[in-house]
Amino acid sequence: MKYVSEYRNAETAGRYAEAIAAAVTGPWKIMEICGGQTHSIVKYGIDRLLPDELTLIHGPGCPVCVTPVEMVDQAVRLASMEGIVFCSFGDMLRVPGSTDDLMGVKSGGGDVRVVYSPMDAVAIAENNPDREVVFFAVGFETTAPVTAAAVLQAERLGLGNFSMLVAHVLVPPAMELILSGKENVVDGFLAAGHVCTVMGYREYEPMAEKYGVPIVVTGFEPLDILEGILMCVRQLERGTTSVENQYVRVVTRDGNVTAMDMIRRVFQVTDRKWRGLGTIPDSGLKLRKRYAAFDAGRKFGVGGHSVEESESCMAGSVLMGRIKPGECPAFGTECTPERPLGAPMVSAEGACAAYYRYRPYGNPGGESA
Amino acid sequence: MCLGVPGRIEKILNDDDPVFTVGLVNFGGVTREVNLAGVKDPKVGDWVVVHAGFALNRLKEEEAMEVFEYLEKISEYGRMEIEEG
Ligand code: SF4
Repeated sequence: MKYVSEYRNAETAGRYAEAIAAAVTGPWKIMEICGGQTHSIVKYGIDRLLPDELTLIHGPGCPVCVTPVEMVDQAVRLASMEGIVFCSFGDMLRVPGSTDDLMGVKSGGGDVRVVYSPMDAVAIAENNPDREVVFFAVGFETTAPVTAAAVLQAERLGLGNFSMLVAHVLVPPAMELILSGKENVVDGFLAAGHVCTVMGYREYEPMAEKYGVPIVVTGFEPLDILEGILMCVRQLERGTTSVENQYVRVVTRDGNVTAMDMIRRVFQVTDRKWRGLGTIPDSGLKLRKRYAAFDAGRKFGVGGHSVEESESCMAGSVLMGRIKPGECPAFGTECTPERPLGAPMVSAEGACAAYYRYRPYGNPGGESA
Repeated sequence: MCLGVPGRIEKILNDDDPVFTVGLVNFGGVTREVNLAGVKDPKVGDWVVVHAGFALNRLKEEEAMEVFEYLEKISEYGRMEIEEG
């Protein structure tokens, strides 16, 4: 496919790997903050092309993985209610709540439907005026504009039977949490290309300066990631700490102003709990008062409870880059994609799932075994 | 999750309010309806990056080769640095 396959060219990848090896004196640890990048890195073995002085750490870049257990429980309760059609992206179905997951509700006869876009959920509501349709809005800044568009569309169509459970999270506050931690090991960041397509990268500039780290906005394909790594390494070796843009074919510094306006029109920033990481201030989105009628939690009175997370899942340490998935004792034994203990084992972009699929024998990869 | 797929606009169904402008986008043979609110003055033939039925932005075709040119660029700088040094 045009604008995809050429970025998987093996020969150019090899030249990038050589250029990186020539540039590194290290040791450096670079964190990618996008599950799509994590998936590509493990799938194509990009970390194995890199010199030992360079370690890639997989950050909390998967919105499915960080959706708090409480939110999954609310989704499960909503989906189990009589008369509700519950719409979700496919990768949320197996994410474990405290007692059940959406797949369990579906196989028990609940009307749980996988949609490609929140717009599809609006269409279902339009075509089924006698049913209540709830959409599970999970995602980073990348997904927020289309969720906002769905609310605006439902408003315009006057749909009283459409609402959503909003679990949107924002990336920069999580990066800040990692950088400000006493145990921070991250020397440089690859920022998430499509998050920045929407938001631009102005907001990373003060962060790069404050914490003295280079941040390179990077795409998803193997060559994008290798180029992003090379740009980051060159900065680390020179001792500079700027924000650079590898993904110039899509990202601009100011981002997509129209899309940002849509997000602001519909949502406001709120504190949000991240699975494995705890509550991060100003790291989530919720519906503005004006759109409160579309808030499924309010409409159906679910919410307000809090649960302890499973102790055997080390997702927090994986997401903070303190351990690799294979170092979790449950990896591949108690915890598999069929019977996941934690969310990173569910989504294709979760680090644990990517390692299980491509490195089932738990090779730490990157760090010497 | 944030996967965005490049596709080419085939047809535009305009709306009075640009927030609801929809287009048909072709992804290597498969055509889908896409919300084009995020693309300024969308035109048939434009490449856009689409995520969950929404065009995140236009794909800049002139910039698409940068990843191949960067290596040449830095090896040239490298030579210049050596010659100057
Ligand atoms: S392998 Fe399973 S239990 Fe271990 S951190 Fe990953 S998701 Fe949690």
